[in-house]
Amino acid sequence: MSRLEQFTDQWLPIIGKSVIETFQMVGISLFFSVLIGIPLGILIVLTRPGQTLQNKFLYQLSNLVINIVRSIPFIILLFFILPFTRYIVGTTIGVKGVIVPLVIYTAPYIARLMESALLEVENGVVEAYTAMGIKTRSIIWHVLLREARPSIILGLTISTVSLIGATAMAGMVGAGGLGDLAYRFGHLRYEVDVMYATVFILIVLVQSIQSIGNRLAARLKKD
Amino acid sequence: MIVLENISKEFNSKSGKVKAVNNVNIHVKKGEIHGVIGYSGAGKSTLIRCVNLLERPTEGKVYINGVETTSLPLPKLREARNKIGMIFQGFNLLKTATVYDNIAIPLKLLGYNKAEVQNRAEKYLEIVGLTDKHKNYPNQLSGGQKQRVAIARALAQEPEILLSDEATSALDPETTDSILDLLLKINRDLGITILLITHEMNVIQKICDHVYVMENGYVVEQNNAIQLFTKPTHPTSKKFLNTISQRNLSPALISQLHVTGSVTRLTFVGESAGKPLLAGVSKKFNVQPNILTANIIELKNGIIGNIVIHLMGEKDQVNAALQFLDENGVGIENLEGQS
Repeated sequence: MSRLEQFTDQWLPIIGKSVIETFQMVGISLFFSVLIGIPLGILIVLTRPGQTLQNKFLYQLSNLVINIVRSIPFIILLFFILPFTRYIVGTTIGVKGVIVPLVIYTAPYIARLMESALLEVENGVVEAYTAMGIKTRSIIWHVLLREARPSIILGLTISTVSLIGATAMAGMVGAGGLGDLAYRFGHLRYEVDVMYATVFILIVLVQSIQSIGNRLAARLKKD
Repeated sequence: MIVLENISKEFNSKSGKVKAVNNVNIHVKKGEIHGVIGYSGAGKSTLIRCVNLLERPTEGKVYINGVETTSLPLPKLREARNKIGMIFQGFNLLKTATVYDNIAIPLKLLGYNKAEVQNRAEKYLEIVGLTDKHKNYPNQLSGGQKQRVAIARALAQEPEILLSDEATSALDPETTDSILDLLLKINRDLGITILLITHEMNVIQKICDHVYVMENGYVVEQNNAIQLFTKPTHPTSKKFLNTISQRNLSPALISQLHVTGSVTRLTFVGESAGKPLLAGVSKKFNVQPNILTANIIELKNGIIGNIVIHLMGEKDQVNAALQFLDENGVGIENLEGQS
């Protein structure tokens, strides 16, 4: 048996399981982060001074919250909000236990990226639609989000990549995933091959996500 | 159709309150084209945005078709805005949508059914002459074409009023002319009332029935176009007129010419333009007219001739000649030299 076959026989099931865990964590937390982050991004754009729904209090409050959460490194956030995590999902370990901190970490990041994407949309277009007597809700959907689509996709690509990075630390609470695998087997047990394999898979993963994102954004962009 | 009553708009800036618009009254009758001209910062952009309440005036009332819109609740205001189209200097099209969709999307959002949306989009694309571009994206079009799309979008809501916020300012002179022709056509064929703002006198000249000159938030002069072009009274109005016709001679030259006679600007409007009056003057009186500059301004509603002459002769003869011209309907303005 060649060395490669030996390696795949021994490690493939474990690596496969880790990949699935990583996908689970990234997928679920990305879903909830988008659900919170995009509306939050829209909120800080629409409530800023001079905008349709300008509201100093809401604007400054949401800005403050976003900045506070964004100041805390993920590894600290993970432990810092343990009681909150337990309150929300009933546990602080496993994939379930790590989703809450991952969402809290990623949603404000997405909100910031959404903010800059939406601010790229010319205010004049929004004004033109307001002047036609079109409802603010329709303007958000059909003008703001539509026009910002390419930047939104790129923003989500960036957040997904940083989310993959954050899941590597999820091993700390026993959630598994590729990061955990590399740390436990590759580092603690000196299985260098496992370390290389994990890093290689991560590189391929990030590369593909970035290329898909770039291609999608380019297709949506018309100028 | 559009009545602005004592409109004022104040902004809070870092250096205190700034009054961008000051007690302005405007009345545009149905089917007319009115123009507001002013330098940048005169407050005209704020003023036109008060018409559809994109900007809320701090004081004053806006009436559209007899309805006071300043006190309408938002849903009613939206309905009122449906009847007011607006075009902009920056076109403000959706970059990610085709020409067709740029017209169709607002219609869909306004609740028209599929067939009606398609009907209108096709109809107004044809009116602005862009039927063959309906699949293109805005960045594949020239500035003039983009403005045509914006005009089609505004027309597709079938408004009674069109507001034009410096719509030709980003365009080259030739394209400007074609867009102005299109606006005239819309006004004539569809009966749409137009209020426009501009800093270009040729826009006023080509299409406006009535002119307001704005400076520092005030309307400093207003009149129908022919009157304003023949007898401007405010210095700013005169400055704007100078941008389309060379009206100024250097004071030094005028002083020099004053030694041998008078320097006078003659303005011919309507029938006086047709008579050979200048030739008559030299026969009737002992004066010799010498033409220094001359030009013709074609307005929407008439033609104005402008001649600056040097009348050589004895003072009483010169005065008699000028009186004769005045009696025949020629506008007379003595130009003073250096004092």
